[in-house]
Amino acid sequence: MSRSDVLTDADWVEAHGGDPGVVLVEVDEDTSAYDKGHIRNAVKIDWKADLQDPVRRDFVDRAGFEALLSERGISNDDTVILYGGNNNWFAAYAYWYFKLYGHNNVKLLDGGRKKWELESRELVTEVPQRAKTSYHAQEQDKALRAFRDEVVAAIGRDNLVDVRSPDEFAGRLLAPAHLPQEQAQRGGHIPTAKNVPWSKAAEEDGTFKSDDALRALYGDEAGVDFGRDTIAYCRIGERSAHTWFVLHELLGQPNVKNYDGSWTEYGSLVGVPIEVGDGK
Amino acid sequence: MSADGCGAPAGGAPVSAAKDAGSQAVVQGRVTQNGSAVPVGYARLLNSGGEFVAEVPLGEDGGFRFFAAPGSWTLRVLAPGNVRAERVVSADTGKITELEVAV
Repeated sequence: MSRSDVLTDADWVEAHGGDPGVVLVEVDEDTSAYDKGHIRNAVKIDWKADLQDPVRRDFVDRAGFEALLSERGISNDDTVILYGGNNNWFAAYAYWYFKLYGHNNVKLLDGGRKKWELESRELVTEVPQRAKTSYHAQEQDKALRAFRDEVVAAIGRDNLVDVRSPDEFAGRLLAPAHLPQEQAQRGGHIPTAKNVPWSKAAEEDGTFKSDDALRALYGDEAGVDFGRDTIAYCRIGERSAHTWFVLHELLGQPNVKNYDGSWTEYGSLVGVPIEVGDGK
Repeated sequence: MSADGCGAPAGGAPVSAAKDAGSQAVVQGRVTQNGSAVPVGYARLLNSGGEFVAEVPLGEDGGFRFFAAPGSWTLRVLAPGNVRAERVVSADTGKITELEVAV
């Protein structure tokens, strides 16, 4: 898989964003950003209202995903271009979600909303009207998603990549620094996990670093063994979806899972081992 | 601002100044240019080692807010036109550290 299979750039989006068979989708951490202005022809997916089960802690199920994409006018044959703020954090989460439900023709706009804004490219408030479709999703691809028992079994055996900030990894913070501190019962990290903050994979303009730089970051610097299976986690599975994208889609690692239960689940489990303090 | 999960930060709407930090170490403020708010841009928080920790889009009023840990931080602002600015700030538990960044 090459970068052009999973990434596109702003010039391509400006030229082809309105083509038939292309759907631009903004997915942002800041769910009001779309309303302030978005790339022409883009529709919005709200990571929380649209993608989370309203009652249980889980995703919307297959039928829910089908209903969402049908309502947004996305068909199975469309090329979906996802973008968002904050280094494509939530766009990468949505990308993982699209792959999980079997939509393979999906790419990220490299640099996302931030690079687009910093280059002063056009943003509009006009919301496109797309005809409804009858989207058909696949069953979830469990090869992409890790659950808690797999994570406990992976301690000391597989690569565990904790992509939170060093302060969260060490147990000094329980949440990212722009959010109130809350959530898991205990601070720290899963034993044997390597700490590679997700944002290290991105340049300051939000684009992904080169493959060589990424290999050095995870391999030489952090000690991730590319010959082993890998599980990435963060606090609720969104930052780690960005790292899943890097390891699985850009670097082509075959067995990489995202643990979306992440620290809010693990750090509240009874009886599992926890390490505190900075990385070793 | 949503307080649950990785809820939305305050970008995209005016950032109303927090009045009480509670048990948090709050760093907040606004970005201005020639006295006017900079509504499009990003505020990044770097730790004392220069490592990126968090980023928020600026609000309509140029506002930003972080819930940090006590200690020294660097705030970096990015805005269109290659605008860059940095400020070193100190955060303390139970306090709101306010700063205005003129770019």
